[in-house]
Amino acid sequence: MATNTKIFCNCSNQFGSDPNTNVCPVCLGMPGVLPVMNEKIIEFTVKAGLALNCEIRERSIFARKNYFYPDLPKAYQITQFELPICENGYVDIELEDGTEKRIGVTRIHIEEDAGKLVHESDGSGVDLNRAGTPLMEIVSEPDIRSAEEAKAYVQKLRSIMKYVEVSDCNMEEGSMRCDVNLSLRPFGQDEFGTRAEIKNVNSFKSVERAAKYEEKRQAKLLDEGGTVVQETRLFNADTGVTASMRGKEDAHDYRYFPDPDLVPLVIEESFINNIRENMPELPDARMKRFISEYALPKYDANVLTAEKSYAEFFETALKTHNNPKGISNLIMSELMRHANEKQCGIDEAGISPENLAEIVKLLDAGTISGNISKKLFEEVISSGKKPSEIVEEKGMAQNSDAGELEAIVQQIIDTNPDETERFRAGDKKLQGFFMGQIMRASKGKANPGVVSQLLNKLIK
Amino acid sequence: MSILNKNIKELADGLASKEFSSAELTQFYLDRIEKYDDEVKAYNYVNENAINQAKAIDEKRSKGEDLPQFAGIPVALKDLLITKDMPTTCSSKFLEGFKPPYVGTAVSLLEESGFINLGKLSMDEFAMGSSNENAAFKQTRNPWDTEKVPGGSSGGSAAAVAAGLAPFTLGSDTGGSIRQPASLCGVVGMKPTYGRVSRFGLVAFASSLDQIGPLAKSAYDSAALLSVIGKHDAKDSTSANVEQKDYTKDLTGYVKGIKIGVPKEYFADGLSPDVKTAVDNAVKKYADLGCKLIDISLPHTDYALATYYILATAEASSNLGRYDGIRYGRRAEADNLRDLYFNSRTEGFGDEVKRRIMLGTYVLSAGYYDAYYIKAQKVRTLIKQDFVEAYKKVDAIICPTSPTTAFKAGAKTEDPIQMYLSDVYTLSLNLFGGCGLSVPCGFDSDGMPIGVQLMGNYFDEGLILNLAHAFEQATDFSRIPEKLKI
Amino acid sequence: MPVLSESEDNNVSETISINDVKHIATLARLKFDDTAAEKIKDDLNSILGYVDKLNELNTDDVEPTSHTLDICTVTRADEVKPSLSNEDALSNAPSSGNAHFKVPKVIE
Repeated sequence: MATNTKIFCNCSNQFGSDPNTNVCPVCLGMPGVLPVMNEKIIEFTVKAGLALNCEIRERSIFARKNYFYPDLPKAYQITQFELPICENGYVDIELEDGTEKRIGVTRIHIEEDAGKLVHESDGSGVDLNRAGTPLMEIVSEPDIRSAEEAKAYVQKLRSIMKYVEVSDCNMEEGSMRCDVNLSLRPFGQDEFGTRAEIKNVNSFKSVERAAKYEEKRQAKLLDEGGTVVQETRLFNADTGVTASMRGKEDAHDYRYFPDPDLVPLVIEESFINNIRENMPELPDARMKRFISEYALPKYDANVLTAEKSYAEFFETALKTHNNPKGISNLIMSELMRHANEKQCGIDEAGISPENLAEIVKLLDAGTISGNISKKLFEEVISSGKKPSEIVEEKGMAQNSDAGELEAIVQQIIDTNPDETERFRAGDKKLQGFFMGQIMRASKGKANPGVVSQLLNKLIK
Repeated sequence: MSILNKNIKELADGLASKEFSSAELTQFYLDRIEKYDDEVKAYNYVNENAINQAKAIDEKRSKGEDLPQFAGIPVALKDLLITKDMPTTCSSKFLEGFKPPYVGTAVSLLEESGFINLGKLSMDEFAMGSSNENAAFKQTRNPWDTEKVPGGSSGGSAAAVAAGLAPFTLGSDTGGSIRQPASLCGVVGMKPTYGRVSRFGLVAFASSLDQIGPLAKSAYDSAALLSVIGKHDAKDSTSANVEQKDYTKDLTGYVKGIKIGVPKEYFADGLSPDVKTAVDNAVKKYADLGCKLIDISLPHTDYALATYYILATAEASSNLGRYDGIRYGRRAEADNLRDLYFNSRTEGFGDEVKRRIMLGTYVLSAGYYDAYYIKAQKVRTLIKQDFVEAYKKVDAIICPTSPTTAFKAGAKTEDPIQMYLSDVYTLSLNLFGGCGLSVPCGFDSDGMPIGVQLMGNYFDEGLILNLAHAFEQATDFSRIPEKLKI
Repeated sequence: MPVLSESEDNNVSETISINDVKHIATLARLKFDDTAAEKIKDDLNSILGYVDKLNELNTDDVEPTSHTLDICTVTRADEVKPSLSNEDALSNAPSSGNAHFKVPKVIE
């Protein structure tokens, strides 16, 4: 979660600090320390719960999950076992072929993260900066039927969590992680088969690959008459293979019990209502609005609402120039390509929504041609100047003066008598040839509409 | 009047009027520690800086600077209260030499009030025990008879007060660990209401039962100390948001009309005749003082010990998981992770601690959780209801603190249940969460002290302290053993 | 095999076996040699035999008590306060290096 501090102490929740510098007696698990809940976490979890259509529990409690590991300072993790904050929600996903599906959300609970181990030649080092950072665990119902659905579900979750700003969901930094639980069952059977839990799945692509691999592994096993063992497996992103962790850890008996150091959390209806009233518009609602309000095709609306930053960029741009489809086109083509190349967000690609809108405005006004608009886009990004200034400076405005253009068209006709004859005879395919020649001669500035009219007038 | 007999107000007045200096007062106790502690074995650690801190306060006083209320008065602390710049060991080999990088709330409140810390007092390891025989370094003995135990787990805290090795001390009480040794050593010991004193900086035994409290020669001193440490603390989620108050103002000595319940279950089998006689006399004394004595019943009393040992050990098994030899504490030789855990913990913990970790682990483990842990939590509800019902009829409850007086060292070490029975009259109160204290009420035929227990409703510390105060005014059982009077 | 005395023979319901002791000890990360394991087994059985008396009570309709006081929803503001220095954090560590707590190599 994107809080300032850890879940139970006032240490910074910042990623990437020097080892063991965001630590205090509480998160080091010193004798005599006690946890106190960060209020922001309750707000964030309720927000996430509402965004995932969950029921918010009036009273929830915290439990201790007991096990020994060097990255777990107290030898127990504070988590929620019985009575989590959010329950019974759902997420609607859409697959690439357009099919829609609802995935149930069993529960959302909050817990503290463990620290990190670094492995060195002479042993392992323990860094407890991450110990006690707040996590929200979202558990889905067994509704997902394919690797594609799994991927789409995780992507949708990420999109929603970013919309409500409870997490930056950065998978590289570990602020979004997932465990894939997978089981198979024969056609016609009601009960689910035995599942395996796959950990270390750290990207959307890995979700899909890990699920596909595990599906094949279990299918082969079952086809050969074997049985699936309930176990934890690790996914290796380099090899694409899942491997059993069996034998590398003791049999677990976590001995959950209510944490006596933390009191029950009671969430008032008014608190929930206040958050509900201030909820940002979520991707599904925004997508529908983009279609009805801006008459965008569903495809455009989907792409533009997948990330909050896209949608916001788009709507800001509209304020400068109200051509939704034109702006959508430029965002989805040039801007997204740029952001992709630079591996950055579209708001960091080097062009403001206002400037992007101005390019579309110039295009719509016939001041520049479509070809020039791409060049202009590059110029804006590299110089940071306003599009109109660049058009002025570099003389990018297109020429629509029929008198000036007629001279150029006439000159091209004169120098290409053969083609002219064939065109006149009805070979309309040569239109492209003439347009190209004329554009080259006008340095790309000739207004194609005007040129087309002139051609048809002069070659008769 | 000797310094030994002075109460906290007299000490503060003596310092203010420069009748004696803080350095003299501190040195007085340091000398007594030097002289008697080889025999009593109350101190795990004596603060080498105490005398310098006292001198610093004297200097400020001579300059006329504003000083806090209790500036320059010595106090000593059970060795599970987290202090900076000196070890906190919980009398465990595991934490030998551990110097925490922070200070606990109760200790810091004492510091803010100007107290000088004489040092850290022995206890049963991790507060588990009733005789101080589970201490890894110093097995404190009873100042009245050093063949005998001082009780526990705050044995050092009680013995130090009884022997005049500190004017008063702090201890902690999970099932009687303040009241039982107070009774066995002939001092006043109080367990405040759960949540009255912050647990931040109190090394946990059983988090839902632990509470810090004072041990002193009188109800007055206890009230004064509680007034300092009884403060809401944002660092403890279970700290009650109740106003801090001056409990000495409640000590009017006027107790007429107060209704005191006498629970029949606390006067049944297993109570030694001498203790019974002394407690009966105390009950009569309260009647003489004008209190109304009312027979009551706490019907689930017989189930308290079993309930307590399930809940306390379950919480302890989890609380003690952190002692792994990685971030602090003892670390055994180990070339792999498994050995690091097993060897460090096996070498670092004593037998009783291991026994309780084992029991607690078992009652939480898969398949037994409902049968033991949840069952005990439910019975806790019944025990709590007994008290809630009782306090609808009475203002306080009177009963023995401990079924026996101090016993010989070694007498009960072989039989855990016999040892656990030492707390049979005190632990119900922790399950309920109310306040309680033990005040001296007589001596047995061997001259060993006997205590009577007063139990109060939530946040009724003022009432039971006043009852104890009135009793002290009317009796003469608080004293220092003759041989230790210099 | 030692011959069981009559009293031991009557006490057939031994709640905890030596294997249970070993299992619990593993969960708790404690080691007991054979003698100590026997002793702890006997102690635990005697304590569990004693606590069995709770089953005399019918608690079907009783709510469990985790906290004796009715305090709820205690939170703090999301404000960063200074952490310990790396030096202070590691000051009690039996083994440390490169700003980390050190442990024997962990195989994952």
